[in-house]
Order: sequence, then structure tokens, then C-alpha cells
Amino acid sequence: MNAGIRRIGVAMIVLFVGLVAQLTYLQIGRGSQLANAPGNPRKAFADLRRDRGPIETADGAIVALSTASNDEYKHQRVYPSATATLFADVIGYQSIQNGAVGVEHTYSSALEGRTFDLQLNNLADAFANKQPVGTVVLTMTKAAQGAAAFALQGRRGSVVVLDVATGGVLAAYSNPTYDPNLLTVHDTKKAAAVFSFLSASPDNPLLSRSWRELYPPGSTFKTVTASIAQQSHVDLTTVFPVTDHIVLPQTNGVPLFNFGHERCGGSMLDSFIVSCNTTFAQVGLDLGETFATGIQKFGVQTQPPNQNGSGIDPAIVASRGPIPGTFQRNQPKFMQDAIGQNEVLVTPMEMALVSEAVANQGVILQPHVVDCVLDPSNRVVSRVGVQQYKRAIDPPTADTMRTFMLAVVNDPRGTGTAAQIPGVQVAGKTGTAETATGANPHAWFIAFAPADHPKYAIAVLVEHGGSDAAEATGGRVAAPIAKQVLQTLLSTAAPASPCGQQPGSPIPSR
Amino acid sequence: MTAVAGFARSRRRSELSLGLLVIAVTVGGYILVALANGPKLPSDVALILAWVFVLYVVAHLAVRRWAPAADGTLLPIAAMLNGIGFVMIARLAGAGRDYPAQARVQSVWVTIGIVVFVLILAVVRDVRFFERYRYIALLLGIGFMLLPLAPVIGQSRGGGRLWVGIGPLSFEPNEIAKVLLVAFFAAYLADKRELLTHGRIRIGRWFIPSPRDLGPLLLAWGMSLLVLAYEQDIGTSLLFFGVFAAMLYMTTRRAAYLVGTVLLLVIGGFVAYKTLGHVRVRVENWMNPWPNAAGNGRQPVQGWYAFGTGGIAGTGLGLGQPWQVPLASTDYMFSSIGEELGLVGTVGVIALFMLFIGSAYRIAIDTIRPFTKLFAAGLATILGLQTFLIIGGVTRVIPLTGISLPFVSYGGSSLVANFALLAILMRISDDSARAEPPPGTR
Repeated sequence: MNAGIRRIGVAMIVLFVGLVAQLTYLQIGRGSQLANAPGNPRKAFADLRRDRGPIETADGAIVALSTASNDEYKHQRVYPSATATLFADVIGYQSIQNGAVGVEHTYSSALEGRTFDLQLNNLADAFANKQPVGTVVLTMTKAAQGAAAFALQGRRGSVVVLDVATGGVLAAYSNPTYDPNLLTVHDTKKAAAVFSFLSASPDNPLLSRSWRELYPPGSTFKTVTASIAQQSHVDLTTVFPVTDHIVLPQTNGVPLFNFGHERCGGSMLDSFIVSCNTTFAQVGLDLGETFATGIQKFGVQTQPPNQNGSGIDPAIVASRGPIPGTFQRNQPKFMQDAIGQNEVLVTPMEMALVSEAVANQGVILQPHVVDCVLDPSNRVVSRVGVQQYKRAIDPPTADTMRTFMLAVVNDPRGTGTAAQIPGVQVAGKTGTAETATGANPHAWFIAFAPADHPKYAIAVLVEHGGSDAAEATGGRVAAPIAKQVLQTLLSTAAPASPCGQQPGSPIPSR
Repeated sequence: MTAVAGFARSRRRSELSLGLLVIAVTVGGYILVALANGPKLPSDVALILAWVFVLYVVAHLAVRRWAPAADGTLLPIAAMLNGIGFVMIARLAGAGRDYPAQARVQSVWVTIGIVVFVLILAVVRDVRFFERYRYIALLLGIGFMLLPLAPVIGQSRGGGRLWVGIGPLSFEPNEIAKVLLVAFFAAYLADKRELLTHGRIRIGRWFIPSPRDLGPLLLAWGMSLLVLAYEQDIGTSLLFFGVFAAMLYMTTRRAAYLVGTVLLLVIGGFVAYKTLGHVRVRVENWMNPWPNAAGNGRQPVQGWYAFGTGGIAGTGLGLGQPWQVPLASTDYMFSSIGEELGLVGTVGVIALFMLFIGSAYRIAIDTIRPFTKLFAAGLATILGLQTFLIIGGVTRVIPLTGISLPFVSYGGSSLVANFALLAILMRISDDSARAEPPPGTR
């Protein structure tokens, strides 16, 4: 009988060794894969339970903070009601259902006090079992963002304002927006219901129009076309024919009309002031391949700007334009591309960068929404630096373009006169972008001010011209918005950011 | 006699010193769980320490009094497993969620378990007690198994009707029945082993046992399986199946019995898979739970996540989220251990079980009478198989069958039954040591 018992005992050992093998496979072989699997709720839950620092604007408004809660999560993320909808598209939210998005996502470890910088500067906290939670300071201001929202007056669209000196985003408001507090409630059923409602809403409030949606830029893109032409030494004295249309090559005489079938032409400057399509279509045709490569220097049809720590999340989508090497068979397309139609599709952020390029002597800086991270004693532990993203054009070209854009606003014939601000020189360009047939065009305006020493670059987009219907042009709808926002910003002193002065600003004073 | 006394003394001494270690680890674990929530000692730590200490010392003194020469490692191993389980249950209870009262209830059951352990040692002075009353054991066993089917007191949970509830207390009588049925099998097989080994009926070159010898055995076995199938207790059915096959093999050493039962198991399993919905769900969850990770497959998937999250060293006691797995204190107790104590903890627990089962088989081999041999080996097998079934189920080596992890899981009936099993093993060990101390330990 003993032999039988021994054999059963051995069989039992074999079974148990099998268990150990399986456990080794699960806990070592697949350990990290299972631990980090998207379906594994443990990491997200642990993150939710952590203490989390606040997010504040450059002008000191707290836009996100954690308060104590009595449930198992211990903390409730709160977006103060005064700024909740205002900053939702940029700072995002931290929810049980969807995890974190926006700055809440990209700066999660800083907010939780888990970055090396924070830990190193606050070693004492680690011993006190306290998290050295960071405070994330935005480049954005409540004043700028509020002015943008106020000026849009509930119309669907976006306003992007950039700090010309640093590339920091001052405002990136997208309308409609949403209240992130509804998504961060710990009642997951309620949060899920709100999320599915917002996702299904035809207005798409969850979409950050400032850098996640592509629109035809219309005539604002003539700024790019004119810049490339001057960069390629096109003679500025060339006189273009005065006409109401131009016939597209490679078609059976399909005409490209000026806006409202008006007759225009003359020099490039004259054409720029009145936004003459026929002239710039001709310029696009003359430039050919140069146009397709030139737009890349402005960031179109290329990898969108992406700086580590920019805080921009989800990432900026790539703006599109004609592909180099396609000019020979796509000449009519290039002509339409040159006036910001057809293949050209851009984000409002991209147009703000175009404006910044002219303002900044041809240089585009990396856009970012986060300026610095502060430790619990308000010392700066890390700072998002100023970095060049692209050199779009040479300084002389930028100078000429400045005069072009100034004329758009200041010349009595100009399309952008509505953007004039008493006592301040504003340089700008209008755009009225045709969309699907039957739909009203998008109204655009890009600008920078003060023109002689630029501080702010702005892009305004109103989808389908808002309520002004068919009468909506960039000059009529978008230019006043830009004016209003710039006026607000210029009339108030720039706030002293908790981050302090940005060191080594690369912009030389003029 | 002096040789036996000295040998007994050394066994008791190691039992006591190992026990002190177990107490330290258990109370230490309890404190660690509390510390995970902040730098404050739990208010009841002195109470817990006193309670664990008293229970262990009472059990130890009972062994000194009534089974002084018994094996010295079984009690500390069982106590260690029990301690780990209690710490995990207290930890889950502290997390709120679904387990608030479980630590208190479990402490009551542990106490009852120790009382039963002491009572059996005191009352059953000779294991032949079970041999003599084998049919009473059988009837009692089947009676226990029928209890959940009784009106009023019978309760269904999660598809299976295996509980009996009286007032606030509820327990699974099948856990108790398993010890009684093993006693019956052992007695019967010991009696008829010659007839079963050699057979009385000749077919060609083969001798097979006559239905008269095999009949009562198959009847008892078939009846229990029938009851269990009706109650949808897949775990215990498998357990009985396995133990019966193993005991038949140990008695006769005829592989045909083993092959036959495995064949029956495969056929039965296939039929159950085809006809019974709850069996099919279990099998599908075993083969691939991922497509159903949010529904039926949530438990196995989250169980795997728990093991993966634990990794080698675990998250640390009180620092993981074992409650993310449904039934983290009962069926999925082992995944809770895997998450917070890591591979170190899971392999440690398995090692403890292997030591316990190994000691039990050693006791079976060292004893002389066929009945006690089979009884001890049967108990070792049932404990080993139960451990394998639940750990294998949780880690997805085999389909999950909802039975408890002996000594560790939350649940009173399982604890009481396993302490009874421990007492019987101690009794057998004491008997054989007195008759003749095992070689090599003299």
C-alpha cells in the first residue's frame, strides 16, 4: 500500500510544481504586461487616490484642484466654476472612466509629485510620507481666455493667442465647450452618461477646435503664399491683371472667381490689401513646386509642433496642404491651394503660428500651454523652455509681410479695417473660406500687435461665419473678435507669472 | 517508552517554537495592513495578539495532553496558513467594499475550529472509532450533503445550492461531509482490499471484482456525486471523484481504476459541458475569458491582473487593490495573496501546503494498520486536491471550481472541517509514533 501512497504523493508534487510554473509565468513572465494592461484598473485607481496638486493660470487663477472626499477615492478633482468651461479643452480632466486627458494627463506625474525634480527638491517630504505635489502653472491667462470666450459670444469657433516672445499659448478657446466637473464625479454611471451625451452631441463640445480640427484657411493663407513668393524673390513691382476671374489650366476653362465676382489686381501689395484671389492663384501657379515646399517651413504638410512638456494634449493635428512633386498634374489645385482652399486644411493654432512667424522675424516658436512646475514651497522645479520650431522666412521677408499685413488693417481699401485699435498698430489678414456648397463660409482673421514690437499673435475662426450667414466675411465677423481680444490684452499689464521671467528670451527688441 | 517520551518532547518543543514564529508573522502582518493606511497602530492589536496566542497555546496544550507524540509541524503549518488567510481577510475588511464583517466572523470560526480540533483530540482516542462506525459516517456524510436541499435552512448562492443558514451563521455542509466520506471509503477499502485487488470474477485472463464487493462503494460514491450535481457543487464533485480514484489506486495499485475514473471524468465533464450552462461558462472562462472581460470573464481576467500586478515581491500588505477581483476573500483568496505578497507569497503558501501534505502522506506511510494508512492518505489527498483545484482554477491552469483554499479562505465550514482533518491526522500520527517511532527520527 505504501508504494501506492508514494506514487499518489509524487503525482501531487507534480501538480503543485505545475502551479508554481504557472505562477512564475504570471508573476514574472507576464507580470509587467498584466500590471499595465489597459483593462487593469489598479494603476488608474491608485492615481485617482493620490493627492494631486493644483493647476493655475499665469495670472494666478486656480483652474483645477483636489479636495478631500469621504469616499474610497479620498480626493475629488474640482474645476472651479468660474473657469471650468473656459479651460476644459486645454487642461482636460482626470476621471475614473476615461483616465486623464489634457494637461491633467501630460503633467500627471508632476501633479502627483512623482517627478525626479520634485522628489529631489523635497526629500524631507518623502520621509514624512508626504507627496511633494507639484503646482502646474500655465502660460495661459484667465484674462486672455476669458476675453476670447467673451468675444466669440457663443459662436462656434476658436480663438488662439500666442505670446510672440516665448511661443507660449495665452488663449486657446474653443466653443462650444463643456464642464469637466460633470465627468469627474465619482458616480461612474452619471459620468459615463454625461460622457456619452457629450460625445454624441452634434456640436462636439469635447473637440478642441484650436488644434484638433482642420478647416480651410481661405485668404488668411495668402500670408503664406505672399511670404513664399517674396522669399523666392518674386518681383514686388509685378503688376497682375485686373480681372474678376482666372481660368484654371488643365481644365476645360473652369474659372476661379474673385470674392463677390469683384474685379481686382495690380501689385502684390494691392492684391493683398483687397485679398485678390486671381492674383494669388496666379502667384501659386508661378511658384509651383516652391509653394509646396514653402508651406512646410510654416508647418503645413509636416510634423506638427510637439515639444516635450508643452502640455498640449491630445497632440496638435497636422495641417495639410499640397504634396511636393504633385504640381505638374495638379496645377488648378495649386492655384486654389494658394488662396487657402482645396487641399489646404489647417488648425486655428497653425494660423496663429503663421501670424507669429511674420511677427517674430520669420521664426516660429514651439507652442506650449504649460510654463513651469512649482514645488509645495512655490519654487520653480522645472520650466518649459523657449524653443524654435521652424524658420519660416528671412527677417527681410518678415518685414515686408508686416507692412503687407499692416496695410490690410490700415488701408481704407483693406478687408481688415474692423481690427483697427486706436493708438496701436495692428497687422492682420482676413479670410473667408468656402466650405461645402450651400454652407456659409468660415470667417477667419489672423493678426499681431503692436506691429512695431509684437507681443501677441492671434488667430480667430468662426465656423460658417456664425449667425451672420452669407454676409459673413473674415473682415466683418472675425476681425472685430481679434480686435476685442487684442485690445483687452494690450490695455492690461502683463501679469507677473508665478514662474517668474522667462530667461533668455530669444526675441531681440526692435 | 523513554525513547518515545524524549522523541515526543522534541516534537512538542518544535511545535511551540514554530508556533511563536507563526504568531509573530500573523500579528506582524496584521500591523502591516494597518500601517498601510497611515502611521497608526490598530487599536485592537493587543487583543488580536492575545487571541492568536491563546488559541495556539490551547491547541498546543491539547496536543501535549492527548497526542504528545504526534507530528510537530502540522499544527504550525496549518496555523501559518490560517494566519495568512486571516490577515488577508482583515485587510479586505479594512478596505470596506464587500467584506466589512468578515474579519470578525472569521475570528469566531477560527475559534470554533480550534475548539473542534481540541474536542476531537480529547474524544477520539483511537481512530478505529471511524472504522467501527463507518456506515454511520457514510450516512452522516450523505445527510450533511443533503442538508442544503432541505427547505427553510437551505440557501442558494451564485448558482449553487450548497449553503445551510441558521440565523446569521451559514456554512457549507459538504466540507464536513468530505471528511466523513473519506473515513467510510478508507474503512471499506481496507476491509475489501484483497477482493478488490485480485477480483473474484474471471474474464479470460482478467480478474475483476464482483459487483457484491464493488457495489456499496459505487453506490455511496454515485449517490454523493448525484447530490453534488444536483446542488451544482462542481468543486466538491471533482474532489470526491479524485479522492475516490486515488484511494482505490492506493489500495489496489491497479492502474485500471485510475484510468477508468479519469475516463469517466472526461466523459462526465464533456456531457456536463454540453448540457449544463454553468459548466460551459466555467470552461469558456478558463479557455479564453478576454473577450468577456467586462462580463462573465471579469473574475478570471481580474484574477490574472492581480497576479501580474503583484509580480515577484507583491505590492505589500494593504497596498494593493485585491478587491478589484470579485470574491477576493473566498474563491479568489489566492489572487489577493498573489497581488499583495507577490510570487514570494504565492510560492510560500504553496510550499506550506506541500509540507503539510507531505507530512500527512508521511504519517500514512509510517502507520501500520491498513485503515489508518488509507484514512491518513485519503485526508492528505483530499487536502492536496482541494488546494490544487482552487489554486489551479484561480491561475487558470484548470477551469475554476468554487471551493475554498484550505485554512486560508474565508468560510467557517471549511475551517472547521480542516481543523477536524488536522486533529485526525495528529491522532493517527500520535498512534503510530507510540507504536513505533518512525525511523530516522529516533
